[in-house]
Amino acid sequence: MDIQRKLAILADAAKYDASCASSGSQPRDSLGGRGIGSTEGAGICHSYAPDGRCISLLKVLLTNHCQYDCLYCVNRASSNVPRARFRVEEVVQLTLDFYRRNCIEGLFLSSGIIKSPDHTMEQVVEVARQLREDHDFRGYIHLKTIPDASDELIARAGRYADRLSINVEMPTTEGLQALAPEKDESAIRRSMARLRLRIDDTREEARRVVPIRALPGAAPTAAKPPPFAPAGQSTQMIVGADATDDRHILASSATLYGAYKLKRVYYSAFSPIPDAARALPLVAPPLMREHRLYQADWLMRFYGFEHQEIVAAPDGLLRLDVDPKMAWALAHAERFPVDLNHAPREMLLRVPGLGVKAVERLLQARRVRRVRADDLRRLHVPARKVLPFVVADGHRPAAGAMAAAVPAAQPTQAALF
Amino acid sequence: MHVRLDDPIDLDAFRRHARQLLAGGVPPAQVEWNGERVAGRFDEANDAPPTPLVAGTPHAVPASFVALCGDVILHRDPQRFALMYRLLWRLAHEPSLRHDPLDADMLQAQLLAKAVHRDIHKMRAFVRFTRVVGDDGLERHVAWFEPDHHIVEANAPFFARRFAQMRWAILTPERCVEWNGETLAFRDGADRREKPPPDAGEQLWLTYYEHIFNPARLKVAMMRREMPRRYWHNLPEAALIQPLTDAAEARSQSMIDAPPTAARRIRAPIALHVRPAEGVAPADLGELRAAAHACRACPIGALATQAVCGEGPLAPQHMLVGEQPGDQEDLTGRPFVGPAGQLLDRAMAQLGWARDSVYLANAVKHFKYELRGKRRIHKTAAQREADACAHWLDSEISLVRPEGLVALGATAARALLGRPVAVQAERGAWLHERRDGRPVFVTLHPSALLRLADGERAEAYARWLDDLERARGTVAAASR
Repeated sequence: MDIQRKLAILADAAKYDASCASSGSQPRDSLGGRGIGSTEGAGICHSYAPDGRCISLLKVLLTNHCQYDCLYCVNRASSNVPRARFRVEEVVQLTLDFYRRNCIEGLFLSSGIIKSPDHTMEQVVEVARQLREDHDFRGYIHLKTIPDASDELIARAGRYADRLSINVEMPTTEGLQALAPEKDESAIRRSMARLRLRIDDTREEARRVVPIRALPGAAPTAAKPPPFAPAGQSTQMIVGADATDDRHILASSATLYGAYKLKRVYYSAFSPIPDAARALPLVAPPLMREHRLYQADWLMRFYGFEHQEIVAAPDGLLRLDVDPKMAWALAHAERFPVDLNHAPREMLLRVPGLGVKAVERLLQARRVRRVRADDLRRLHVPARKVLPFVVADGHRPAAGAMAAAVPAAQPTQAALF
Repeated sequence: MHVRLDDPIDLDAFRRHARQLLAGGVPPAQVEWNGERVAGRFDEANDAPPTPLVAGTPHAVPASFVALCGDVILHRDPQRFALMYRLLWRLAHEPSLRHDPLDADMLQAQLLAKAVHRDIHKMRAFVRFTRVVGDDGLERHVAWFEPDHHIVEANAPFFARRFAQMRWAILTPERCVEWNGETLAFRDGADRREKPPPDAGEQLWLTYYEHIFNPARLKVAMMRREMPRRYWHNLPEAALIQPLTDAAEARSQSMIDAPPTAARRIRAPIALHVRPAEGVAPADLGELRAAAHACRACPIGALATQAVCGEGPLAPQHMLVGEQPGDQEDLTGRPFVGPAGQLLDRAMAQLGWARDSVYLANAVKHFKYELRGKRRIHKTAAQREADACAHWLDSEISLVRPEGLVALGATAARALLGRPVAVQAERGAWLHERRDGRPVFVTLHPSALLRLADGERAEAYARWLDDLERARGTVAAASR
């Protein structure tokens, strides 16, 4: 099979993974090296597909042959999609070629599980090894790890990769048991714990090394411990393939963030796949629900919300008509309006339409003077959204203004079951 | 007053002029700046400087202002110099300005800087190199790009850092830059016709773009927001956007409509993870561990990473039983590795008592916690949870066969003795109450010592050491 055809099949196989980030790693460049590549903290989206998702990494599978039969997955053993397998060198060359064109930030490699978890993991690690050692590639590498792979292989993966991930796929144990019989939730958790400990240890070690002065007068430098996944670990949950509600999904995410310090949990709306399993009646993917989950996730990570307080509705689902922060504010009308000149940071962060940056600026400004409603315009925040919830000099919202902030149409959640 | 800058992005020249104007007390309203790069830009001389340079310390501005200037003057806006001079003037005359992040001029400057940053970022994203082999046989990578602002010089070092071992050139209508592997060289703008034709490898990239797109998730507006149309004519993959978008709905509908096919191959699920049979007593510690992992008799098992069973030699003199695993124990799967475990290690080392001579276990096998933000806060297991867990400890004791049991804390004491135990009242002696005849020694849990105030800790620790020493010395006698 020629490389065009393989690339077509194995990119097709990889497009259901929502993760695309290439940020948060240790800064490095290729000056003085033998190869190419750099990472400077923030990742770059080099292109966008018409599905609105960014293309930052070459996201492919090493092979889409798979022994597992996870119902939601296009690559499951029983599916009739065309199969292909890259040779290790082919992935290496594709990555380098696309990188030289400046089409990508690096590689995101995953694989169907063939022969055994260790065999599969070894192939994946070998791609990263060749890129790093043979080609001195200094771009970003994200490897998908196989939960049951041996400790030694995981250690090697972390040495070459910027980020490692293990997909939990289903938000609940029951969902996983029903749809992915070969996957074992506790094995996934143990692997995440193992990654977290290694990441923590490496950071701790780096903090503890004593800088040594090599030459008189030179600044002391510290010998860096070998890296281990400096951009941390992430995971993905499929939304809408089983009946789990948003409350449980967010609880799962909160547990994962708390227990394993994940950098990100990605939510992937389950979408129609070619040759779908009979057990999954297909509908258009619940994209708005996915979007609301990302917003809710944001509230947990940056706005000080606890997972329990985000979903108020008795059906356990996020509102689709308004964003989760607005929904929370409407459900807690007694806490508003908030005085922009006096409210503490935590409360300002809960005002619909005010972002973290805007809040920082308000706090800074109010140290030297009083904040007026006009200031909101200069902050470039959506005044229509913010004004009903705040009091500032020259502004006091009319009674009932909060309720009026809600749009009239009330779409309902597209559910599968 | 008219100031003409030779080069639209020469920060030093701007600073020089601005400093002079400020020192000469020329208010912003009286200065007209013109910094656009125009034909014959060296023709016109500047008006004579307003006043001779005034000696003395220049006005101090925040360091961030200089950085802001550096960004803003890369903007194409002809008013940018006037804006920055006005800000400089105001910084010198209005002390409160530097503390006001919502000032209109300051926000305007930040807006310009943001536009420049965005342009720099988009150039990093959307420059597309094409492989070109020159007449000299040398391989070069050449790109054509059209930035919005004067960013080529500022952005070139990024490409040098990234593609250090590659010879490359970026051509733009106003400035071009070339890297020969060692130095950056700049020259005037190029003509669009110098854009290299597609090379043979480009088709691979197009194939990738076509296949990483999921037709069921069409979100064209989202794509346009991040990749505006004006970049499209220089991006090879953009030609695919329209055909992919047009066909998306039909493709996605055909997937929904397609009847299920017969499975490619039908096979029994692979038994990778042996699930222990329920209700059967484990035959060894491996089975015990596997069965405890899967235990969901109470709610805490579902939240933990794993069951933490004990570790140590079989048939030891002592089995030390703690309360339940904590955060570190939950992650590592090993008992007594967190702060309390480290205190126990210290105590045992002081007593010359080898850790690997005892079997260390917990009464409750799963970590119970409460999430607070991104932290897991330990919570003591409720009595019914401890009760649900008790049979795992009993199985463990009968498999390990220790001579004596040391209960660390009330939870462990209750689990071992089957009744509520007041630790302070009953500590320090071997109790013979268990049906299996194994004596139980009660003392504090090390975490109780960690919770004490500094003043009380030394004495309590010494007493705890006494307890441990007594337990260690007399188990043989006690169990006889």
